[in-house]
Amino acid sequence: MSKQYEFPSKGLPYLLVLPQMAVVFVFFFWPAAQAVFQSFFLQDPFGGKMLFVGFENYSTLFEDPAYWASFGRSFLYAALVAVSAMTTALFLAVQANKPLRGAGFYKTMLIWPYAVATMVAGVLWIFMFNPNIGVIAYFLKNSLGFDWNHLLNERQAFLLVTIAAAWKQVAYNFVFFLAGLQSVPAALVEAAAIDGAGPTKRFWTIVFPLLSPTTFYLLVMNVVYGFFETFPIIHQATQGGPGQATNILVYKVWRDGVVNLDLGGSSAQSVVLMILVIGLTVAQFRFIERKVTY
Amino acid sequence: MTEHSRLRRVLPHIWLWLAIAVIVFPIFLVFVASTHTNADILAAPMPLKPGPHFFENYRRALIEGSANLGASAWTMMKNSLIMALGIAVGKIVVSLLAAYAIVFFKFPGRSFCFWAIFITLMLPVEVRIMPTYKVISDLGMLNSYAGLILPMIVSATAVFLFRQFFMSVPREIAEASQIDGASPMAFFTEILVPMTRTPIAAMFVIQFIYGWNQYLWPLLITTKEKYYTLLIGINRMLAGADVLIEWQIVMATTLLAMLPPVIVVVLMQKQFVAGMTDTEK
Repeated sequence: MSKQYEFPSKGLPYLLVLPQMAVVFVFFFWPAAQAVFQSFFLQDPFGGKMLFVGFENYSTLFEDPAYWASFGRSFLYAALVAVSAMTTALFLAVQANKPLRGAGFYKTMLIWPYAVATMVAGVLWIFMFNPNIGVIAYFLKNSLGFDWNHLLNERQAFLLVTIAAAWKQVAYNFVFFLAGLQSVPAALVEAAAIDGAGPTKRFWTIVFPLLSPTTFYLLVMNVVYGFFETFPIIHQATQGGPGQATNILVYKVWRDGVVNLDLGGSSAQSVVLMILVIGLTVAQFRFIERKVTY
Repeated sequence: MTEHSRLRRVLPHIWLWLAIAVIVFPIFLVFVASTHTNADILAAPMPLKPGPHFFENYRRALIEGSANLGASAWTMMKNSLIMALGIAVGKIVVSLLAAYAIVFFKFPGRSFCFWAIFITLMLPVEVRIMPTYKVISDLGMLNSYAGLILPMIVSATAVFLFRQFFMSVPREIAEASQIDGASPMAFFTEILVPMTRTPIAAMFVIQFIYGWNQYLWPLLITTKEKYYTLLIGINRMLAGADVLIEWQIVMATTLLAMLPPVIVVVLMQKQFVAGMTDTEK
């Protein structure tokens, strides 16, 4: 009878959700609505006049080749970060999941970089690659004759932020892949071994398919990370430069809004990004739903 | 044992040590740089062995701060700590209350609340920078701890985690407490929350790190040195002209900024891993 017992109180539940709802409305819904609203206006940055312009901010945005270039760059960047951080993490998780002496030590050593701030990852990598004082830049130049200068060379700048972002994300992926590997039934793998499947074949035909929910989850999280959460690396390491080489969408929203004070344009970009996140979240939940029904 | 199988046994160790080297090397460099004078660092290549200026550099970083900054690492550490604890504790308290209401009470608007919280997952701060800034400035919360903490204390993941846990609590316990005359709030504080210790600890680790490592938001709303967090301080130290950068102080501050969250993860690794992989579901 009392399986779904609920307290009979009337007012209390509202009081309980009030703090959460207040923050949600004041700091999430209200600003999001403002972004949508402002994206239809041209605004004088120094207060005052707002001019309704309809979809002009959007059409300006979509007609701007620089915006599309930033779009393509962000996708390339997020894809590279996701693929390199995920493959490295999966490989390391497979190694650490073997019955090794010191496995606990290895795991701790691979997990703790999760605690390093994304911004600090940026600092670490610019310090090593600083063209004047960086240890690796010096080594590249004086031992290999390779001139490293990410302040001038666009490709090098792009490469640097990609590596820094992936370096930081490996730990996160490692945690999930390791947990995934540990939940693969040992009996299944042993049965395949008895049937004569070698380690490589066992991995690709049994373990990897069983990991697919984890892999898909991580793919979404890594793309989100690359797209949105690596702002600190870009801001610290390259400031979107040289030229536009590392000016990804989130950085552009910030630069156009905060630095160039183009509020309408920045808001329109925010709205596009929101639609993008919504798409990613929906994709993820549809996938999870399917996983549950099967 | 053939040569082949010996290699097979050693190989995982080699790969893992290689990975550890790639992880540790940049941080080792930071440590080395924080023990030298700026002149040593600027004379490329910088030394690769720790130098004799450890105490001097950390003392300066902690007490005076870099000459081009105007905030000491001590002050910034205090700010980072207030922000991280405020966000972690705030998120946990607010989420516990909301999850409690959603699971244990039936009230009109319950599913609306649930969905409203869910949607926040789709609105990361990065996509609503300008308007959120405006809200904070309208509320007069620029350069304040409230401004640093409040907009960050919503967490759909924490609500989901606690909701999931609460749903697994046998309802007979709630009913029995009612029959014994305990109020719903007494049940919450004296029975439910103590039962939730493990998920709370897991959430604390994750959210403390999240809070400590916040960057974009403090960057936007702190313009006074008094409210700089460590990460903002590091950014400002590096933002000036190259000749003004005191790398040894920057590196000491960077190490100080890394230490607390790393210690938390290492000490609470089990709770951390459990918390991370539980929120996936």
